Amino acid sequence: MMAQMVLRRLGIGFIMLIVVSIIVFIGTSILPGDVAQIILGQSATPETLAALRAQLGTDQPLYIQYLSWLGNMMTGDLGISKAGGATIASLIGGRLGNTMMMAGIVSAIAIPLSVALGLWAAMHPGTWLDRIITFCTLSLISVPEFFIATILVLVLAVELHWLPSTAYLSGDETFWQLMKSLAMPLITLVIVVSAQMIRMTRAGILNVMSSPYIEMAILKGVPRRRIILRHAFFNAIGPIVNVIALNLAYLVSGVVIVETIFAYPGLAKLMIDGVQTRDLPLVQACAMIFSGTYVALILVADVASILSNPRLRQPK
Amino acid sequence: MAKEKLFEVKDLRISAYNDEKVEIPIVKGVTFDIHEGEVVALIGESGSGKTTISLAALAYTKPGLHFTGGEVLLRGKDVLTMAPLEQRALRGANVAYLAQSAAATFNPAITISEQVTESAVLHGVLSQKEATKRAEVLYHALELPDPSRIGYRYPHQVSGGQLQRLMAAMALCGKPDLMVLDEPTTALDVTTQIEVLKAFKKVIKEENAAAIYVTHDLAVVAQIADYIVVLYSGEIMEQGPVEQIINNPSHAYTKRLMDAVRPTPTAGMGVQVGDEHDRDVPAIEMEHLTAGYGGIVDGEPVATILRDVSVKVENGHVVGVIGESGCGKSTMARVMAGLLPQAKGHVRLEGKELEGSLNDRKLDQLQKVQFVFQMADTALNPKQVIGDIIGRPLEFYHGIKGKKKHAKVAEILKMVELPAEFASRYPMELSGGQKQRINMARSLAANPEVMLCDEVTSALDSIVGANVIKLLTALRDKTGVSFVFISHDLSTVGSFADEIVVLYAGRVVEQGPTDEVLSPPYHPYTRLLISSVPELRIGWLEDTMQKREMAVGIARGVEITKTGCPFFNRCPMAIEDTCDVKDVPIRELKDGHQIACHLTIDQLNESEVHAQQVLHGYEKIGIDKPLETG
Repeated sequence: MMAQMVLRRLGIGFIMLIVVSIIVFIGTSILPGDVAQIILGQSATPETLAALRAQLGTDQPLYIQYLSWLGNMMTGDLGISKAGGATIASLIGGRLGNTMMMAGIVSAIAIPLSVALGLWAAMHPGTWLDRIITFCTLSLISVPEFFIATILVLVLAVELHWLPSTAYLSGDETFWQLMKSLAMPLITLVIVVSAQMIRMTRAGILNVMSSPYIEMAILKGVPRRRIILRHAFFNAIGPIVNVIALNLAYLVSGVVIVETIFAYPGLAKLMIDGVQTRDLPLVQACAMIFSGTYVALILVADVASILSNPRLRQPK
Repeated sequence: MAKEKLFEVKDLRISAYNDEKVEIPIVKGVTFDIHEGEVVALIGESGSGKTTISLAALAYTKPGLHFTGGEVLLRGKDVLTMAPLEQRALRGANVAYLAQSAAATFNPAITISEQVTESAVLHGVLSQKEATKRAEVLYHALELPDPSRIGYRYPHQVSGGQLQRLMAAMALCGKPDLMVLDEPTTALDVTTQIEVLKAFKKVIKEENAAAIYVTHDLAVVAQIADYIVVLYSGEIMEQGPVEQIINNPSHAYTKRLMDAVRPTPTAGMGVQVGDEHDRDVPAIEMEHLTAGYGGIVDGEPVATILRDVSVKVENGHVVGVIGESGCGKSTMARVMAGLLPQAKGHVRLEGKELEGSLNDRKLDQLQKVQFVFQMADTALNPKQVIGDIIGRPLEFYHGIKGKKKHAKVAEILKMVELPAEFASRYPMELSGGQKQRINMARSLAANPEVMLCDEVTSALDSIVGANVIKLLTALRDKTGVSFVFISHDLSTVGSFADEIVVLYAGRVVEQGPTDEVLSPPYHPYTRLLISSVPELRIGWLEDTMQKREMAVGIARGVEITKTGCPFFNRCPMAIEDTCDVKDVPIRELKDGHQIACHLTIDQLNESEVHAQQVLHGYEKIGIDKPLETG
């Protein structure tokens, strides 16, 4: 039953990825412009254009192109950049590492922080600190991330000179230097993703707190701490895990603005560069990585909610 | 009684404050005592303050309420003035609470055993090991199946009646001085209620626990309480020992409560309709109908709820559908209404075939079959005024608009005995009984041929419920509408239905005119249902438990079977290798009375005579041993 449910979710995830791949492929194919034309530029003759198209495979019908692209992608061959000639795998490799490092550090800080603050706020609803937390998170959700980033640069880099204003990596920094150059984007992202997670944790717990079984726990003389941690938390895990998953996905794919502001060499920025140079294979590969991340994280969240719910975990 | 005073309530006052900070007294100076080992019943309608008073024993009020005066003393110490930490130590250790709905009060994410032992361990009454052991002893005493392993399960994995008893174990685990039981059997089927009552009574006696028992049901109180406090609107009307109140009530309100006690269902209890209506074509009928949920595999739904059901509703008649929860009563109404397409069989409206799905039915067919849902609270849109709620079907089915609509709404409100001014009110401003009337008025507005009433009185107090039944009867006489009245309460159904259909595990086990169904010969299941309705008589519970059908029928759960008789495992007269495997023959009696049973009518009659003799004999000699099961 349980395994069945997980398998079904996996199946749905796979189908989603296929659908996404079709959309990505068609989407990038109907963009105006011919790669052969771009590569050859002014010197193109009809003959050289045709020869290059044959070499790139762009003279084939669309579905053949799609199938060969999909087949290559599945065997790990992401293709060759159409602008520059390097393999896409090599382009992406380093950037993916950078993105994952950033996402990893941010979530390692933000998730425990948010859940703890959310729980704390739920334990003391209506107190001053709860109100401050609620006010701050609401303000931070409403403010765009570039604004937060800009303010941080203004204060920490321009005024106080504590931190560098860019996070460009040369590759041979010491650990300390690395942390220093990462600090600004890290702080920005932690603020952005925590606000939402804190609110969701607080709301999820308080929602459960109005259940009759919580009143029963009060009438059994269970301390409030234990009521929240043992009685309420497990029943609120579903929504909390889902909002965490969405925020993690955002950290991988949606941070292009933050990467741009701090000139951080991440994957999202690579994709934007790919769009600017009409490097379609690169854009397609990035898009697939992003969708894959989304699907995988949502899947993990789903399984986690199933595991936290005995009615689904252990049916009659 | 030389017993020591355990608990005293002295001039207790509790109030709410409305938006303008005006005090609204809820409990207005209540005083009573409880001695060691005594069960005191707080009895009254909803709104009488009985739950509020009982929660005061735990120094707790529902949000929005405040203690404004008086004392609540446990062993001489006022619990209301204790520090919060002391109050917390009191709850669960000294005073334990048992709520109405165990299904809602057990945490779905924690195992039963952890919840049962939690309080005792937290308060340091017992170690985890001792508590687990004690829980097992209690499961045993409460006659729960598989006492050594049931604790490892989650709440959704046991039945409602079992969960209710598990809650008693939860309350008793910490060896409290006082238990507060808040309507612990009200939400249960009669057969489950009796099993839970029996277990409670036994365990209260064994543990020598004192208890506050909150209920609106005098018949239940007569079985379990030593002392009764009758409440009305936050004041005590009368109090005294159970014998005095039951046999010799002095206050008019107590007498009114006693009148509202459901009578034992017997033939001739209701008003019967004449044959003035056309009986040729039934208003609605089901023929060999099978329905359920999930996809259809091999011509059957994955979860089959109704199996081979044939039921006729004559024009202008009330057909009562009765059975325990989960037996398929609501599913039957849903199929008739087109909410659930059947897998097999036919539904006919006035002789014409009805499509299974709502979407395929014609507008006039939709108009003729109307549903009245159980919970008026959830069925009425809280953002619409009553006029719009009732006006909608008028406009939708009959195109009545503007002034005419207003006039018609007023007319319909009058039919359900509510003033026309209600049209401009919101559902929230109405009482429970009034909301249920609006719920029915909305169906009436469509001018239907058939009204499907699903447990419409179950959530109401006995007095309010009785008024709704009166209204239904009047409506039937005035409009000639046919009713399908679904209920788990045999007395209510018996009091006004023309025919009764008894459903068990999705099959019709008996049906026919009310008088025939409620007089012998009975189907063994009908017999069990009738015997399980509590009587307003001290000692009824003990007498009933001696009956043969109880010994077999009460302890076991419903099993949905494909072959043979579904009641096989709970039937005192079951024949091995016949009842469990062979198709059940339908015995035809007079006036369309049918009993689905392997036993012949003669055998059923004989067993009835035998049972009466045995019971009578026991009463005479006064033996209190239960009868051996056959």
